[in-house]
Amino acid sequence: MQMIPTREAYGEALVEIGEKNKKIIVLEADISKSTRTIYFAKKFPERFFNVGVAEQNEMAVAAGIAATGKIPFVSTYAVFASMRACEQVRTFIAYPRLNVKIAVSHGGLTAANDGVTHQATEDIGIMRTIPNMTIIMPADAVSTKKAVIASVEYEGPVYLRFTRDSVPVLYDEDLKFEIGKSIMLRQGFDATLIALGDMVSKALEAHNILKEEGIGVRVLDMHTVKPIDKEAVIKAAVETGAIVTVEDHNIINGLGGAVAEVIVENELVPVKRIGLQDTFAESGEYEKLLTKYKMNVVDIINAVKLVIGRKKYAKK
Amino acid sequence: MNIENREKLAKELEKKANELRIRIIQMIYEAKSGHPGGSLSIADIIAVLYFHFMRIDPKNPSWEDRDRFILSKGHTCPVWYVALAMRGFFPLEKLSTLRQINGILQGHPDMRKVPGIDMTTGSLGQGLSIGDGMALMGKLDKKNYKVYVVLGDGELNEGQIWEAAMLANKYKLDNLIAIVDYNKLQLDGPTEVVMPLEPLADKWRAFGWYVIEIDGHNILEIIEGIEEAHRVKNKPIVIIAHTIKGKCVSYMENECDWHGKAPNKEQFEIAIKELGGIKLCK
Repeated sequence: MQMIPTREAYGEALVEIGEKNKKIIVLEADISKSTRTIYFAKKFPERFFNVGVAEQNEMAVAAGIAATGKIPFVSTYAVFASMRACEQVRTFIAYPRLNVKIAVSHGGLTAANDGVTHQATEDIGIMRTIPNMTIIMPADAVSTKKAVIASVEYEGPVYLRFTRDSVPVLYDEDLKFEIGKSIMLRQGFDATLIALGDMVSKALEAHNILKEEGIGVRVLDMHTVKPIDKEAVIKAAVETGAIVTVEDHNIINGLGGAVAEVIVENELVPVKRIGLQDTFAESGEYEKLLTKYKMNVVDIINAVKLVIGRKKYAKK
Repeated sequence: MNIENREKLAKELEKKANELRIRIIQMIYEAKSGHPGGSLSIADIIAVLYFHFMRIDPKNPSWEDRDRFILSKGHTCPVWYVALAMRGFFPLEKLSTLRQINGILQGHPDMRKVPGIDMTTGSLGQGLSIGDGMALMGKLDKKNYKVYVVLGDGELNEGQIWEAAMLANKYKLDNLIAIVDYNKLQLDGPTEVVMPLEPLADKWRAFGWYVIEIDGHNILEIIEGIEEAHRVKNKPIVIIAHTIKGKCVSYMENECDWHGKAPNKEQFEIAIKELGGIKLCK
């Protein structure tokens, strides 16, 4: 299976889109080699602006650029975009609904051995509470390119979250990607795994193992956390009766929180959230971190069995 | 322009500044809330920009080639609202809806609600970064619009101002003109007590900016300062305007207390008398 970090796909997508769309402007905060905006910088130096290590300034400069009708992509790491520059995002991008795309690498534990300072595990929660914000984390390189294209076609602020580490390529080039519309990767009626970003491939692994045990699990790639695909969540609740959310983020206010909100207001079924259990992680290899923090395939499988058990209990 | 015409122009702009001040006091009095001190200190500068220099079109507020204006010290938007209304961006009657529910005139300016507002502001220390972005695009698109950013002195405490100052120098943004309303008072007290800014001109020079210092209440000096700024090449320009907080309302002048409160009826009448009693405020 081909392994590509989604930040790499983002860097390539920017060049492709930048070629066609001259309104694309890229802002970088001195990490272009890491965020891969260096590809755009080399191809279109006149539309690339390196603001130095100054993310707050970067965000407000982007607001000014968007106000002239351009489409700025702000590149940095997820921790800095969501926390260092949070108020700039909220007041100067989201409040005036400016057409700024905040495209960030190092989402979740994929920052791995860099440690907690560079692992964004609260960013989705922060962005999710900001009105007018759209939040997308694609699962692989193919959907990353489609997500970047879709975000350019959409008028308004978008937060795009990418991985530092490699993730498997899951989709073919003919994938249809629509903001706010989840993708059903596997059909099943015993439970549903609703997964995000790098965790989608883990959910697929769990699906395969459970299938061998005779358990049919639906797998949804919920690439857009906001606005969440309510229809698909409710349908999953009605048709499969149990849900497990899987995200590389704190379980508070991320994908799990978003799904749980839909469930409690619409169709009550057992829900279990896989993710960081309201703790900071540490330095280490990505796979080892997922295992230590109970976010790996075995944990997903256990969670599926747990919610299915609760479902049966509830029916009695 | 010969000296005679120049003086005639200055007289006209002084009248505009006086009308701005009267309407500022009126609207803050009616709203029972707002920021008079810093609105009055930039009234002369706003008069010169909005009634002389700025290329804008009230019929087409989002005209691509327009000069941009960013009030980084967004709390002093009463002066901006008045100027926009007087230029015809929206009816003067709307001024009485300042800070009222369902109104367009928010406590701090909202670009999506008010025609002519080029950027939402109010949270301090942001306007220069935004100005950088607009000026960068002006250069990229080879447009000849200017970007004016009015900064408060207090907000120069924000580190982001200096991040933005470095960026403007990097890209030699000579289409960017920052104007510091240097009234030397911030909310808690004198700038030199709360957070010393001096030597302020040297700071900007050290950041690569072309510095012009003027008396921010002398219309001719304001005009000349902006004309000089327009002649500068390859450097961003800062005009340090020495001003008086609460200018032209005797009991508000140099008083921190008038940073953000409305006059009562008696105070309102005194202010209007002072502004109207003498024909020109000087």
